[in-house]
Amino acid sequence: MKSRRVLLALLLLAFTAFPLIVRDGAFAYSIRLLGIMGLYVILALGLNVTLGFVGLFDLGFMAFYAIGAYTSAVLSVQGVNFWLATLAAVAVTVAVRLALGAPVLRLRGDYLAIVTLGFGEITRLVLNNWDSLTNGPKGLPRVGEALGTVSLFGFEFTENIHFYYLILAVAALTVVISKNLEHSRIGRAWIAVREDEIAAELSGIPVTRVKMLAFATSAFFAALAGSIFVHWERFVTPESFTFWESVLVVSMLVLGGMGSVTGAILGAILISGLPLLLQASLGGEMIRYRYLIFGAALVAVVIFRPQGLLPSKRRALELETEQEAAS
Amino acid sequence: MLECKSVSVTHGKKISALKGISLEVREGEIVALIGGNGAGKSTFLRTVSGLHRSDGGEIQFQGRRIDHMAPHNISALGIAHVPEGRRIFSRLTVLENLELGFYLQRGSLKSALENIFRIFPVLKERVFQSAGTLSGGEQQMLAMGRSLMSNPRLLMLDEPSMGLSPILVERIFDTIRAINGRGVTVLLVEQNAKQSLGIAHRAYVLETGRVVLEGKGADLLENDQIRQAYLGSS
Repeated sequence: MKSRRVLLALLLLAFTAFPLIVRDGAFAYSIRLLGIMGLYVILALGLNVTLGFVGLFDLGFMAFYAIGAYTSAVLSVQGVNFWLATLAAVAVTVAVRLALGAPVLRLRGDYLAIVTLGFGEITRLVLNNWDSLTNGPKGLPRVGEALGTVSLFGFEFTENIHFYYLILAVAALTVVISKNLEHSRIGRAWIAVREDEIAAELSGIPVTRVKMLAFATSAFFAALAGSIFVHWERFVTPESFTFWESVLVVSMLVLGGMGSVTGAILGAILISGLPLLLQASLGGEMIRYRYLIFGAALVAVVIFRPQGLLPSKRRALELETEQEAAS
Repeated sequence: MLECKSVSVTHGKKISALKGISLEVREGEIVALIGGNGAGKSTFLRTVSGLHRSDGGEIQFQGRRIDHMAPHNISALGIAHVPEGRRIFSRLTVLENLELGFYLQRGSLKSALENIFRIFPVLKERVFQSAGTLSGGEQQMLAMGRSLMSNPRLLMLDEPSMGLSPILVERIFDTIRAINGRGVTVLLVEQNAKQSLGIAHRAYVLETGRVVLEGKGADLLENDQIRQAYLGSS
């Protein structure tokens, strides 16, 4: 695993240096694209906790991104500062996630996917129709209102590059948290639950509690990303949180390798980044084909490399034994 | 040690699986629970370990009521359950399986592992192998080893001989006796009545959710009813 650490460190260094090199050149716009990719990295790592580690199939993950974003936006419009608004966004999102998690604890696989898919759509529709709070499809802030700015010790975040570094820092934080959780006692419990819930229970693992902890962690990541997103974008509508976005994040994990932190990062960068870069370099025409491109890529991955591009060591082993058992 | 008073369990709303089971396991004993398919043996074990809720009666372990407790709390009290079909984590390694058995324990993982390897030396040779690649007998040993990692006072085994060759069955039963010799009380559910009555101090016979017979293992082996129903000889 040493090589992976080195890889992560190099990536971090490259991502720190890159915007400084390009900031005044013709590629300055790529800083913004990288920032967006960073948000997806945070989201992919959030989903990786529940879907990757615990194996809970979640097709409505964007709902939590949306709840985080909207909570932060509603407060920010009222003049609450960014950090407090983010804290509140985290609290609200985690609370909603736990409240939703409790009744679906017994569901697994397809059934959980259906319920979470429904919840994702319900969330979007509520945001779309709760005019008094969210201003419906017109989005926040309303005319004449403005979101607060982000500032840290008097330094104001105004340019893309400022948000880029904020996102990079938060993404790095989520990577560290993910890595530590993966190798912790909790991480082992999560994997045991994924493998066999009853055996896990009989081994003394408090299954309900560890599942709730996974829900909370993933909601925490989503809320962080959501709060940064609205403050950067300075505008939010329900349009940003469609079912397709949820599917995108699932695809990132499938592409990168379920349950693998490095894989989730790579998947997020590829799936969110490629279409953006294509669009920037080839013009708006290419954006039309982005679903086609990664649809094809996903099919190819599932056929030729079912464990994903950078699978966790264990997951690779699992698929090997599965194939042995099948043959 | 384990006292059950008229425990009943209903699956769904109508299907009554246990119709008031009363039995007792005393410290240091091996107690066998025998009976045919559908008698309620597995359901009983699952109820003791908290996987099923009882809807009547009382279960006490070392003087403490444990019905309505969550499985992980029951496990923490020192009841280990090797479930039917073993349920090892087949895609994890042998070592990871054993570590998960140690989940609630404090203290030295290493000495706990050494203990297990003393009982099941074959697991030591396979420690980095993924558990699904073990043979049936080895998987049973791993399942038992994983349960023993939690240093239980009471070990409940559900059909440990299932699907094993006669020689392996013999070995598993020898091991159960050895584990009991180390001071672990054993509650054994078996279809293999002959073997289990052979090692059990006492036994209960279950039929359709009721205890129909109880007695010393050796006595039941001689019992005509048992011989006809479960031992295949008259």
